[in-house]
Amino acid sequence: MSVSVALAHDFGGFSVDLAFEVPAGVTVLFGPSGSGKSTVLNAVAGLLRPDRARIAVDGTVLTDTGARVFLPPHRRRLGVVFQDGRLFPHLTVRQNLRYGRWFAPRAERATSEAAVVEMLGIGALLDRAPATLSGGERQRVAIGRALLAEPRLILADEPLSALDADRKAEILPYLERLRDELRVPMLYVSHAAAEVARIATTVVMLKAGRITRIGPPSEVMADPALAWRGRDVGAVIEATVARHHADGVTELVAGGLPLFLPTLAAEPGDHLRLRIAAADVLLARGRPEGLSALNMLPGTVESLHENGAVVLVRLATAAGPILSRITARSARELGVVPGAELTAIVKSLSHAREDVGTPMH
Amino acid sequence: MTDWLSPAEWDALRLSLRVSFWATFASLPLGLFVAHALARWRFPGHGLLNGLVHLPLVLPPVVTGYLLLLTFGRRGWVGQWLDEWFGIVFAFRWTGAALAAAIMAFPLMARAIRLSIEAVDPRLEEAAGSLGASRPWTWTTVTLPLILPGVIAGAILAFAKAMGEFGATITFVSNIPGQTQTLPSAIYAFLQVPGGEPAAARLVLVSIAVAMTALILSEWLARRLARRVAGR
Repeated sequence: MSVSVALAHDFGGFSVDLAFEVPAGVTVLFGPSGSGKSTVLNAVAGLLRPDRARIAVDGTVLTDTGARVFLPPHRRRLGVVFQDGRLFPHLTVRQNLRYGRWFAPRAERATSEAAVVEMLGIGALLDRAPATLSGGERQRVAIGRALLAEPRLILADEPLSALDADRKAEILPYLERLRDELRVPMLYVSHAAAEVARIATTVVMLKAGRITRIGPPSEVMADPALAWRGRDVGAVIEATVARHHADGVTELVAGGLPLFLPTLAAEPGDHLRLRIAAADVLLARGRPEGLSALNMLPGTVESLHENGAVVLVRLATAAGPILSRITARSARELGVVPGAELTAIVKSLSHAREDVGTPMH
Repeated sequence: MTDWLSPAEWDALRLSLRVSFWATFASLPLGLFVAHALARWRFPGHGLLNGLVHLPLVLPPVVTGYLLLLTFGRRGWVGQWLDEWFGIVFAFRWTGAALAAAIMAFPLMARAIRLSIEAVDPRLEEAAGSLGASRPWTWTTVTLPLILPGVIAGAILAFAKAMGEFGATITFVSNIPGQTQTLPSAIYAFLQVPGGEPAAARLVLVSIAVAMTALILSEWLARRLARRVAGR
């Protein structure tokens, strides 16, 4: 199961020229507005006829301008989850869910409606009309509708961007379950680093219509060249829940190093992803004493990335690469050069809720 | 009840209902097609088609009737051809009255349907396509249900307009009792003869009743459907 995209299109003034091949899982197209994310998605969906392209999902060619192949959108068998849900207002939730199923080949109707309804927690909504649903409920139904069409690939076009932080937190766990339980490959467009950190298997980073980085999120998101994202710069590390302490702190282990977080709804042994924003990481020489911060990760400076008065430092630790954003002055005074041994101090309570992935058992 | 109207008056009412029904029913498919073309497609001649559709609204009815006589009359080029090949005759028949009513009512119908099509979010149709629905399926399962209130409102409006059509009808198919004498023609005829006022007055009341019923029915249906479509 893989998705391969080679695409060149000239909009006049803005052009997209890229190629990538990614394995199954969630591939996040990540980049600022106007970087070409939606162009890629529209080309895969068949809503755009590119100048030159070859797009194949699991061996099935959807578009090949060289061979004059262009499957119309309705024959591509893709499940699209739109930013605004786009549920059919004249149908009930149940009828919306079944809409795409009707057009799927009978032999391939493998996804059980009951399982999808259960997984998305929409059992109580089935007889409701879309107009009566909340934004988060609507997106869950939209995801279910796409799933039940038995798609080869799910396309998600910033499915969370129209929702507030609470609603995002409500949906993200479902997307993670989708990735981990159903194993439906997904192409996911996003410009939010927190979402990428949580759900991506592979990140394709775009800028001005070209690919700048591609790889697993722990690699791509810890790239100091990401400085343009401001507060969004941050490392992603994988951790395992060790134990809950009586004082309301959960202990996690990442690469043998202990990490402490306010109590998480997780069982010891669960794996989860932590995103640590570069702005939340201080650097110190040696191992500082008498600090309120609980999380300290010793490591070696790998690289520096200067951007005016700010320096992004990439530190290799046993838990994985960590990014820290400090001022150029501190970098000079601290003697931050590649190879220097430093300790990253993470302000443990400052993890934003959406930065903590839902545990996988 | 049947005594209230004379047989001639009943004939006029029945004929009017029949003419209006067929005028509406037969022009509905074309109305949907033209409204869809005007709302969604960009093609050369878009403005011309739009003008043509609306022409009967602004042209004197008598001109429309005369043009119909020229084209669909016994000697008209279309009328002659239809008579020769299909045996269909419009001139001085009730079918001609239906044709005249249909053409006069068409702008109202097409306009109502076009407005409702323009109110449908094309992104919903895109979503249907992404779920595997071909264009015709998308149209029947998404577009049509969403525009149904507008279609029904347009059809009833067209029906009411057809009930009241006078100028083009009398010019094209004359005023033959029992054949082409619709309600308005009958009222006109009664008013031309001495002592015809009571009969005319009765038919006027019938006209008002039919028109009001049609309007109330269309309002009620449109509101009910709009509620269902909006999912409340």
